[in-house]
Amino acid sequence: MESIILVSILLYLLSTVGYFAYLFIQKDYLQRTGFFLLLIGFLFHTLTIVYGFIKGGHLPVSNMHETLSFAGWAIAGVFLGIQFKFNLKILGIFAAPILTGIMITVSQLPNEPAAATKIFKSFWLVSHVSVIFIGEAGFALACGLGILYLLQENEIKTKKHRFFFKRLPSLEMLDNIGYVCIVVGFAMLTLGLITGFVYAKAVWGRFWSWDPKEVWAGITWLFYAVLLHERLTVGWRGRRSAIMAIIGFVVLIFTFLGVNLFMEGHHETFTRF
Amino acid sequence: MLDIVLLGINHNTAPIELRECIAFSEDQSKSALHSLMRKTFIKEALLFSTCNRVEVLVVTDDSARAVAETKGFIAEFNKIPLEQFEGSLYVHEGNEAVRHVFRVAASLDSMIVGEPQILGQIKEAYRTAIEEKTSGVILNRLLHRTFFVAKKIRSETGIGDRAVSISYAAVELARKIFGVLEAKKVLLIGAGEMAELAVEHLIRGKVDQVWVANRTFENGVALAKQFNGQAIGFEEIPESLKTVDIIISSTGAPDYVIRPDQVKGVIRKRKNRPLFFIDIAVPRDIDPDINRLSNSYVYDIDDLKGIIDENIEDRQKEAIKGERIVDEAVIGFREWYESLDVVPTIIALRNKMTAIAEAELKKTLQASMISEQEAKAIRKMADSLINKILHDPTQFLKRNGMHENKSFYIDSVRKLFKLDDY
Repeated sequence: MESIILVSILLYLLSTVGYFAYLFIQKDYLQRTGFFLLLIGFLFHTLTIVYGFIKGGHLPVSNMHETLSFAGWAIAGVFLGIQFKFNLKILGIFAAPILTGIMITVSQLPNEPAAATKIFKSFWLVSHVSVIFIGEAGFALACGLGILYLLQENEIKTKKHRFFFKRLPSLEMLDNIGYVCIVVGFAMLTLGLITGFVYAKAVWGRFWSWDPKEVWAGITWLFYAVLLHERLTVGWRGRRSAIMAIIGFVVLIFTFLGVNLFMEGHHETFTRF
Repeated sequence: MLDIVLLGINHNTAPIELRECIAFSEDQSKSALHSLMRKTFIKEALLFSTCNRVEVLVVTDDSARAVAETKGFIAEFNKIPLEQFEGSLYVHEGNEAVRHVFRVAASLDSMIVGEPQILGQIKEAYRTAIEEKTSGVILNRLLHRTFFVAKKIRSETGIGDRAVSISYAAVELARKIFGVLEAKKVLLIGAGEMAELAVEHLIRGKVDQVWVANRTFENGVALAKQFNGQAIGFEEIPESLKTVDIIISSTGAPDYVIRPDQVKGVIRKRKNRPLFFIDIAVPRDIDPDINRLSNSYVYDIDDLKGIIDENIEDRQKEAIKGERIVDEAVIGFREWYESLDVVPTIIALRNKMTAIAEAELKKTLQASMISEQEAKAIRKMADSLINKILHDPTQFLKRNGMHENKSFYIDSVRKLFKLDDY
């Protein structure tokens, strides 16, 4: 088990190396190698999750080790999907190092199995958790695309075509794919909140209990809702949209980690260190 | 042994006045090739002539005489005294000639390093030589290697990657902003060679529509017709900003034609879709403050020139990698060229043996009383002796295993059997 995690760390790390080499040397085979390594890493990563599932008999999200691993797995999956659909060669420069970082953190966290309770076996919980994490992965990639957008926009605006100008794709492409990521993320987040409500009603007898995590999830949801609304009505795009995607992801990280570290609530147990 | 010789002039060695005197038109080059082939020492020939250079490539068994013959030919054909151009002429032989051909084709020797036309022009010249049957084993091989090397340099270095003309730089920028240019609308304000060229490049990028605004409406209509576009009135420009994406301006107006408040007014209506202004006019047409507005980008002529200068520098850096690929290719070609020499050596060896056998047979058959049948048997024996004796040396020379020392062995064989002095 540990060794499989190490294998996936190694593969993600090599993929990162491949993507960085591609950034500097601009040979297409480097990018393809990076993608291929990430794909294999993802398969090993999947193995660890399947293993956790079989061993625990439920979705492995009962402690920080498992939750973070699952979040990383979702990012890898969504990244592969986006890459497959749009063939955006450079996004790996963002995804691969993040995955490496997440998996290294995961390997350092203790994996103490939480007391198996019934609640993990609920269909609603499984959907709630998986859908939320896919949404978060979408937002993570949107943040990465936002960063790339700002880098490219800065070079075009200041008329200094240095490092990124020829290495990054067009503004329009970055903006459009970022938008797709946010739409996917938002749809999944919405679905995740709904399943969460249903689950909360079943377990605690009420949809909403002002738990800090719930409040922050609500704030995150509202933030992205505003972003999408403004884009559709007055066309918030480009620079502003990119900045919002980055801020949104910061809020999201706080919802995911910060709330557990600084506040208490009924999500605490699942993400305890 | 055959040698490759190249004579030429180019933009560095000769002024345009001289180059145009020596240039060969397409029709001329056919007859020129034939007159070259009629020269005693020229075995193969290729003629390559563009506005920046004239190169004559020949294969010969006596390079000094071939150079003289070729010089004479150029003078004779163009009716220009030799003294007038001899100083501008460069002569390369062997490896240097090969290197020169590779460098020219890869556009390392061009006025604008990395310009792509030259390879096509060389292919054209080669096709002519093939059609006129003036290209043989050596030039065929050399030219095929040349095309390979040029393509390799183009794909493995960034020599031709980035725009080095104003109009291309503008289009390259448009692609970095909009990605695909399809479905984008272009507004051309005023007229001017560079602006029109940029519009043509954009049309080639399949932009959706071209609008033309000109102070004189008739001129606008004429220009619009040329681009299959539509003319609009000068006063319609602010309104058109709601629709168009790329604006190319090149008027003689003393003041700004488009001001920031006009752009600000349309941003919301455009739903923040980006606007790209290309200002080729001096004095400028587009207020540079527009560049500060969100999703609006303004490039004036100096900005574009700055980009081009950077790009040219980049190309020169890439050219260094290209030179390395050329060096490798020259060595590769030389190896092939030397291997070619094995065959003449084997033939010379066999000829020598046959000559000795003939002489000895003659003596033997004259001296004694030998019947027809016996004579036949003896001749047969002599032939098979030659074959048996030459079998191993021939195999040795043809073998692939002695690559490094090939020239040494060939040299030894030639010395051992005294093949070079007749």
